Amino acid sequence: MSACGESGTGISASTDIESGANPGAQSGFPTVATKTRTLTVFAAVSLTDAFQEIGKAFRAVHPGVKINFNFAGSQVLRSQLEQGAVTDIFASADTKNMDILFKDNLIASNPYQDFTTNRLVVILPSGNPAGVKTLDELARPNLKLVLADPSVPAGNYARQVLLNISKDPAYGDGFSSAVLANVVSNETDVRQVVTKVELGEADAGIVYVSDAFAAPDLVTIPIAEKFNIIAHYPIAVLTNSPNPDLAAGFISFVMSPEGQAIMEKWGFTPGK
Amino acid sequence: MNPSSRLFHHTKTDNSPGWVFIIPSLVLIALIGLPILALVWRSANISIFPFAFTESAFKALKLSLLTSTICVVLAILTGTPLAYIQAHWTYRGKAFLDVLVDLPIVLPPSVAGIALLMAFGRQGLFGGWLNILGISLPFTTVAVVMAQVFVSAPFLVRSARVGFAAIDPQLDEAAKVEGASNWHVFQHIMLPLASRALLTGIILCWTRSLGEFGATLLFAGNLEGKTQTMPLAIYVGFEQGLGIALVLSVVLLAVSFVLLTLLRRLELKSQH
Repeated sequence: MSACGESGTGISASTDIESGANPGAQSGFPTVATKTRTLTVFAAVSLTDAFQEIGKAFRAVHPGVKINFNFAGSQVLRSQLEQGAVTDIFASADTKNMDILFKDNLIASNPYQDFTTNRLVVILPSGNPAGVKTLDELARPNLKLVLADPSVPAGNYARQVLLNISKDPAYGDGFSSAVLANVVSNETDVRQVVTKVELGEADAGIVYVSDAFAAPDLVTIPIAEKFNIIAHYPIAVLTNSPNPDLAAGFISFVMSPEGQAIMEKWGFTPGK
Repeated sequence: MNPSSRLFHHTKTDNSPGWVFIIPSLVLIALIGLPILALVWRSANISIFPFAFTESAFKALKLSLLTSTICVVLAILTGTPLAYIQAHWTYRGKAFLDVLVDLPIVLPPSVAGIALLMAFGRQGLFGGWLNILGISLPFTTVAVVMAQVFVSAPFLVRSARVGFAAIDPQLDEAAKVEGASNWHVFQHIMLPLASRALLTGIILCWTRSLGEFGATLLFAGNLEGKTQTMPLAIYVGFEQGLGIALVLSVVLLAVSFVLLTLLRRLELKSQH
């Protein structure tokens, strides 16, 4: 039973990164010399590729550390934390979910440390079979558009962007509702939107710029700065973190030039 | 003396009350029973009900009842003849077909969803042909029903097959000597004799289709009133507010409980 308890939260999409410097831990027989410590990181699904690379870089300088990542929609992670999941770090794609945890005393620090920002982009399947060329074509009748659910940060941001575009007389008041009428599915996390577009099941989707970086086959239509949102990604150590010192070390690593370079490599924009 | 009382007698003379059996059983009962008890306990709080029965909850309930009913009807119409063939005919490749039809019972629903997309998605194996006919299946209510039939009809086929196979083949021969047609034998001898097994299959099929989640999410997406069935609404609702998810869960739990109780009574009757 204790072995079950270690992974703790009963989460589906977690990734283990074994410490390469500690082969003893990998085979299940920890050696006396190196003590394996496990850092658990709950992170927004849009951070998947960037954080996996940061994790590798981090354990290269921290031998004997194992990182368990749990990537999901920030709102899913927040509910899991509310229900008592024990973890060290939470990295959210919005401040809303962080605020809720702060109110419940699950995280101690406020204001939070924003470690990166992200913007939205329109994605189309490779080859662009529906022939979408401009933003206003998203309102074309019978276009199959996939968004993240409004409860998902990316879905919420996408709706904000559509409202911003609607305020421009060139697009008109009805733009947002016309586009939303084309939505065929509200996916439960942003990467599901990417998948549906990659498979060509949907004609278009709205996701983070970083998601488009991770799926280079997709065609993208940029969203002008005046319409776009800036998604701030806060990161925090949980109040019940079993390894607060190690967690703080991980966060400093993310903030370091090396960590920020990895974030940029995956399409994120540094700082505020 | 029946086998179970002989066993009990044996443990008594052993002077051990059978803890070897009781303790592991209690562990499993606790694991299954406690979460269900907790679910009912938490939703017994009346104050969440007015918030829980939102329009989207009703839409999900309606859609689930509609799609699962269509699913069961389709499963009866196609699964009963198939079960009959598998039980009474002999031909090459029969064993293979048995395994094929059983496969969805053990497959993870996510695999089922991907398989359905690969076959009937827009870019799927048959997507091109369907396109020519002007049919696009993903993100439609039809896709919900297809996903449900895929995962739940095998339960009906399996149960009906066992029911048909249990019928003495001499009955069939005797009726045919009397000049009865294949259809007549099926209608007046086989169906009534296998009715309990069929009913068992129908109930299992219905409960499974009501609970279908993974294949639906992948193949049909998540859109209120169109593809968002109860399990999807529970998943999405869980992050918005526990109330909706709890109440819908209890509704699903109650329906499943009633159906399974019915099933149990059928099984008991068929033993006599």
